[in-house]
Amino acid sequence: MASLRDIQTKIAGVKKTRQITRAMNMVSAAKLRGVQEKTERFRPYAAKFAEVLGSLSQGVDPGIHPLLAQPDKVEKVALILFTADRGLCGSFNMNLINAGLRFAKEQTAAGKQVQFYLVGRKARDFFKRRPDLDVKEALTGVMNVVDFDLAVQVARMGLNAFLGGEVQEVYYLYSNFRSMARLVPTVVKLLPIAPEAVAGEAAKTGGQEYMTEPSAEQILVDLLPRYVNVRIYSGLLETATSEQAARMSAMDNATRNCKDMIENLTLLYNKARQAAITTELMDIVGGAEALKG
Amino acid sequence: MANKILLEVVTPDKLLLSKEVDVVVATSVEGEFAVLAGHVPFLTSLAVGELKLKDGNATDYAAINGGFAEITGQKFTVLAESAELAREIDVDRARKARERAEQRLAKSTSEQINYARAEAALKRAMLRMKVAERTRAA
Repeated sequence: MASLRDIQTKIAGVKKTRQITRAMNMVSAAKLRGVQEKTERFRPYAAKFAEVLGSLSQGVDPGIHPLLAQPDKVEKVALILFTADRGLCGSFNMNLINAGLRFAKEQTAAGKQVQFYLVGRKARDFFKRRPDLDVKEALTGVMNVVDFDLAVQVARMGLNAFLGGEVQEVYYLYSNFRSMARLVPTVVKLLPIAPEAVAGEAAKTGGQEYMTEPSAEQILVDLLPRYVNVRIYSGLLETATSEQAARMSAMDNATRNCKDMIENLTLLYNKARQAAITTELMDIVGGAEALKG
Repeated sequence: MANKILLEVVTPDKLLLSKEVDVVVATSVEGEFAVLAGHVPFLTSLAVGELKLKDGNATDYAAINGGFAEITGQKFTVLAESAELAREIDVDRARKARERAEQRLAKSTSEQINYARAEAALKRAMLRMKVAERTRAA
């Protein structure tokens, strides 16, 4: 059995760990609120954008913009994969990466080549150990502050690959924040923009009739690249929300485990202490008996 | 002019402005245009340009870094990826941005994408300075 002192040191150590995990939990809770506020502030823009886009794109010929053009044959696809920059959030990053690998496998099985564009340090670190996978670009150290500029930057990677003819389809993989306990890695097609998706936005709003200047097509041409930014931004926001939620529950678990451990160790400590006292008593009694002769 | 039009400037970061005004003057890709209450439903692309709003005797300005505007009879909605109110513009920062953009422009005549990007940055910086000076003068 470990000595009393050893157990005491161990208890002190676990207590310190608990302090840290508890603090991290609270930091994540604060950050989560921050991201959720940002999401809330973004909502009016996204809603209005979808509404306008929907009413504009009714009955529009997909030939007017390269982002709408459906490819004849898909040989290469790009996947933009979002992960966190930091760990200590349970299986969050691994779930996203695994979903990405699964997607790549499916695409490869269908005879397509997959290029990766990574956002987040954890993805980059993982893919560094997988030289067999084709990583084109990686952004790291960006997930701490998710803002619209970042979305524009990410969208630009996708747009460049698509418009440069390097790939025929672009997908992105983000963590869908359903609830605190349900974070679902989700793959969504980004480019080409599916006319059905845009039309779906129109169905929701009913579509207002406008006078436009310049022509509706012209405005749409202006709007579509921005639409990509909007999509990416909401994906990034959800991923950031999920990251904080995942970290919160991971740290909550860790704190609870620390508590259990402290309880067990305390029990062990008391048992050991009692055993030591008993042994000592026995010694004294034994000694006294011996003296009596 | 009892009729007022509600002007809303929405950016991805926040609802920048929501205010009832008499007249809105915006810069579309085809030029400046003014809107009063009761305008027909109208949709247009906005260029990098200033937005002027008049309410009574007060005139206010904002810098819009491109986007689009939706106008219904009672409401003027600006959707911009970024926008700033005149009084919130940091002139020093704008000036520095302009200098940076100018330097980049001077250097990168050969590379097309960078050139376009630097040019856009320069345009935005100049707009910000212009709009900021407007309120100072007033």
